[in-house]
Amino acid sequence: MRIFGETKERMDKRQADRRQGAPGEREVQTRTAPAVERAQEMVVENLSAYYGNFKAITDVSMHIRPNKITALIGPSGCGKSTFIRTLNRMHEVAPGGRIEGRVLLDGEDIYARDVDPVRVRRRVGMVFQKPNPFPTMSIYDNVVAGLKLTRRRKKSELDEIVERTLRQAALWDEVKNKLSESGTSLSGGQQQRLCIARTLAVEPEVILMDEPASALDPISTQKIEDAMEELKERYTVVIVTHNMQQAARISDYTGFFYIENMGDPGRLWEFDETDKIFSNPGRKETEDYVTGRFG
Amino acid sequence: MTTRLTDVTSNYRRRKLVDSVMTGVAYVCTAVAVAALGFVLFYVVVRGLGAWNLEFFTSTTKYFGEGGGIANALYGTAVIVAFAALMGVPVGIMAGIYLAEYGENRLGNVVRFVADTMTGFPSIVLGLFVYGLLVLAYGFHGFAGSVALAVMMLPIVARTTEEIIRLVPDSIREASLALGVPRWKTILRVVIPTAMSGIITGVILALARVAGETAPLIFTILGNQFWNTDPFSGAMAAVSLFVFEASKSPYEAVQQTAWGGALVLVLIVLVLNLTARFIASRGSVR
Ligand SMILES: Nc1ncnc2c1ncn2[C@@H]1O[C@H](COP(=O)(O)OP(=O)(O)O)[C@@H](O)[C@H]1O
Ligand SMILES: [Mg+2]
Repeated sequence: MRIFGETKERMDKRQADRRQGAPGEREVQTRTAPAVERAQEMVVENLSAYYGNFKAITDVSMHIRPNKITALIGPSGCGKSTFIRTLNRMHEVAPGGRIEGRVLLDGEDIYARDVDPVRVRRRVGMVFQKPNPFPTMSIYDNVVAGLKLTRRRKKSELDEIVERTLRQAALWDEVKNKLSESGTSLSGGQQQRLCIARTLAVEPEVILMDEPASALDPISTQKIEDAMEELKERYTVVIVTHNMQQAARISDYTGFFYIENMGDPGRLWEFDETDKIFSNPGRKETEDYVTGRFG
Repeated sequence: MTTRLTDVTSNYRRRKLVDSVMTGVAYVCTAVAVAALGFVLFYVVVRGLGAWNLEFFTSTTKYFGEGGGIANALYGTAVIVAFAALMGVPVGIMAGIYLAEYGENRLGNVVRFVADTMTGFPSIVLGLFVYGLLVLAYGFHGFAGSVALAVMMLPIVARTTEEIIRLVPDSIREASLALGVPRWKTILRVVIPTAMSGIITGVILALARVAGETAPLIFTILGNQFWNTDPFSGAMAAVSLFVFEASKSPYEAVQQTAWGGALVLVLIVLVLNLTARFIASRGSVR
């Protein structure tokens, strides 16, 4: 119940923010406000997700804490990607994609009837498994693409945002002298950090990452992990990972997805603090998985 | 019992033999195709270059006697193709975008079928169609030819645009959507720029395809030996039509200018194709 009490408070605050005059004013306010204020919690209630008639996950409930890193682990095919994509309504981009249940962002159901998915995605950003910079754009334009395509900004403001987000994504030093070169000219690891910077630039409240380091070399992976450590001071982070050590190292909470019988939909088998999941899991399958006995 | 690697070789020898024979056949076929093209080019250049001089490019067409050029025909081709592009290209591109992004339904399939049928349509029938549509009411004029050519371009532009937009990876679309960019803006500002060089290539190839068309012009612009700069009234000349008419002339000198006109047509198509290749080679999706 505490969860919902807190949510109510935040909702009131947000509404108060909204009432305060012009959008421009609010923009400035939120940017100068303490970081903690921007990160939001997400609450998932009895979520099932479908592709047409195929049910990919069923009955998932989860509380994603603000300013924490939540890791999602589990064998492949058990619905981790499907789940993370329901959190910013990217799931419905897939043919036949639909859900049952509720997903609350800061107390509001993102699937409520009048909610525009475009607005949800501005507040819940996403980094994909494969780096996907825009091929026609320079490094600079890639970073500010979301801003340029969604609202007007002054050039000086953009410059500042580019430097700040590239620093946050641990890429600034490598690209500061070639911002006008094509985004696709970078290495895979650099491209992925560019995609992280691009996501940060639109100032979301929650950042979703679906195996962001699975295709990268160890050094790039390290850099992304370092960057994430800092990200959680400003954002709520959800990350899918295949890498058990990575989950244990960086996350505060861990959710284990699992399919018991072939053909069943995936379930959230266990969800707890990361320490607990890795040292003293509540279910046998979780233990088997985190100790590498199957996977 | 072990076999040595060199045992059981008959099968391998046969394969190797068939391989070299087939490779030889492929080379010969390629040589024949290239030779045919080379011969046509060579012939047109040799016969056509002789007709090229200042008078050829500055005076109007003549069907008998000496001299004469293609100035009015060049002008006609340029204007007619330009108007055709003005009509056919935007509609074709928009149809292609529709097919690629929203066309996964019955209407999309119908449009696709119609476009493919139109691509294979005999061009003279298109000319007849426009004759009935415009010429009967307004007489022969250049714009009627543009309409016929635009109808020819439309399905080519639409289908190449569709194909090239489909080549844009979904991951790019998802990246944009996940930034909170609306679908229409994603298509307009991310997908189309990514596909742009391919779209332009398709447009140029469609231009090259119709620039040399003759049949649809016979019933629409008729041809004209004199200057007519107004595409909206009166018969007009075009290079392809001139080549067709002049080559039937008994006058040696007129036949000569027909070859000159043929060379001009070949060069136009060649330049357009080279431009298309150049643009395509610099694109993000090919
Ligand atoms: N676009 C899609 N259309 C239909 N089925 C899909 C699609 N994407 C994933 N699935 C199915 O949903 C299930 C969960 O997949 P996914 O969420 O990708 O799992 P994970 O990320 O844990 O490997 C799998 O059975 C997969 O085949
Ligand atoms: Mg996955």
